[in-house]
Amino acid sequence: MTKITHFNPEDKFHAFLKTCGDTEYTTGPLNGENIAIKDNISTKGIETTCGSRILTGYIPPYDAHVITLLKKAGAAIVGKTNMDEFGMGTTTENSAFGPTLNPSNPDHVPGGSSGGSAAAVAAGIVPFALGSDTGGSIRCPASFCGITGLKPSYGRVSRYGLIAYANSLEQIGPMAKDVKSVSRLMEIITEYDPRDPTMINKPYHCRCDGELNGISVGVPEEFFGKGVDPSVASVVWNAIKWFEGEGAEIITCRMPSVEYALAAYYVTCTCEASSNLARFDGVRYGPGASLKLSWHDSFSERRTEGFGTEVKRRIMLGTFALSSGYYGKYYAKAQIARENVKNDCMRIFKDVDLIIGPTMPVVAFKLGEISDPLQMYLTDILTVPANLAGLPAISIPCGKVDGLPVGLQIIGKPFEDERVVETAYCYEQGG
Amino acid sequence: MIDENDVRHIAELADVTVTSGELKKFTSQFNTILEYFDTLDCVEGVTNERTDRCNNFREDEVTHSLPQEELLANASEKEEGFFKAPKVM
Repeated sequence: MTKITHFNPEDKFHAFLKTCGDTEYTTGPLNGENIAIKDNISTKGIETTCGSRILTGYIPPYDAHVITLLKKAGAAIVGKTNMDEFGMGTTTENSAFGPTLNPSNPDHVPGGSSGGSAAAVAAGIVPFALGSDTGGSIRCPASFCGITGLKPSYGRVSRYGLIAYANSLEQIGPMAKDVKSVSRLMEIITEYDPRDPTMINKPYHCRCDGELNGISVGVPEEFFGKGVDPSVASVVWNAIKWFEGEGAEIITCRMPSVEYALAAYYVTCTCEASSNLARFDGVRYGPGASLKLSWHDSFSERRTEGFGTEVKRRIMLGTFALSSGYYGKYYAKAQIARENVKNDCMRIFKDVDLIIGPTMPVVAFKLGEISDPLQMYLTDILTVPANLAGLPAISIPCGKVDGLPVGLQIIGKPFEDERVVETAYCYEQGG
Repeated sequence: MIDENDVRHIAELADVTVTSGELKKFTSQFNTILEYFDTLDCVEGVTNERTDRCNNFREDEVTHSLPQEELLANASEKEEGFFKAPKVM
């Protein structure tokens, strides 16, 4: 049976790029719960722009697999949320349609790139949202806005219908105010989809019963190294001490590959982006090609008008890194460094069940505070290792610094998303 | 170090145009970023050749696909059921 919900919220933090007004839903486990969707996830009949001018007016003719599953589960898809253009950013300031504000303090950014989804949940406009995480894009805004966000294991959620930025790194994942809601969404969005050949058929089920069961936790020294705000570190250490008090074994460890992880991440994602974003030529969707010009001139003109500065910067960096003579220096080395990150994690996981640390080295910046691209990239240092190694990682609120939320990051072994969620649930209930 | 000519060349390869202001800014930013990427020079080792994976073929079966008119709906230039693109030559 189909019912209709009306959705027309006051959106004072600019969390949404589009709200759907009257939205149909069916009966199912989510029974009419409102969910906001990041604007890089295809929604049939609803404009999907990736926060970019080049996709203005693009109406997907099909639903992403996760959207099909949510509709089947009775969710009401009520709007599309703001994001850094194509997912490229840490603040949502790179959206072509203006920044989202942080509901904790509107002078500050909500984090990114899924900043609209995080703000919509944090402001209480929706109970659920979907984001995507290529190098921290779910966990960073979850941390900055004081909500919960999970980047699932690579291969746990179908990417069919996710507009690609860096395929080997990104996953769609749930965002909500509490861990149980994140877990409820995971049960729905992990249903197998053969259309994503990197997906593993492993249904998700988490009891969320609050049992820590004598876990051991690794704390890498590098997660509290240079660049990590001492006040943030202190809040996170308090959370780690809570786990210790509950009988968890805390083991400090080393993850030397962190030193190269950020460079490996940025080389890999810009290379993949330079190839993925070549599809935006204005011919099949977007502004329309200019038939009077030659292919390259038309292509170049449309992309110059349609892409923002950060997108151009990343496409060009990737193009350079993959160009003749530089492949060995950048891309090939980045893949070795990526392998080293994975090996480091697996070595640590021989002795511990989970790795814990801060999600972000700092709390939310002020709007416009960081303009230097490298300085901005460096703030992703603690989130990129999970993407490089394909590991499940959650961010949950663990306190505040100067009135702004701090996120605790819990990283698990490949495909042990349930253990990550269960542990986050224990902390949420008792910490 | 790369200079403005290199950045202009990269922009051409990437089919984007950069303004003169962007050219100056990108050149300086790229040099800073590429210098940071140089940390990868110290990474030791070789890429592992994966031997534990093989091609996993599926049967080539005809399945449901979207109707032509829906797929063409977002294109502004089309003719007789095809996308119309600028001339290549």
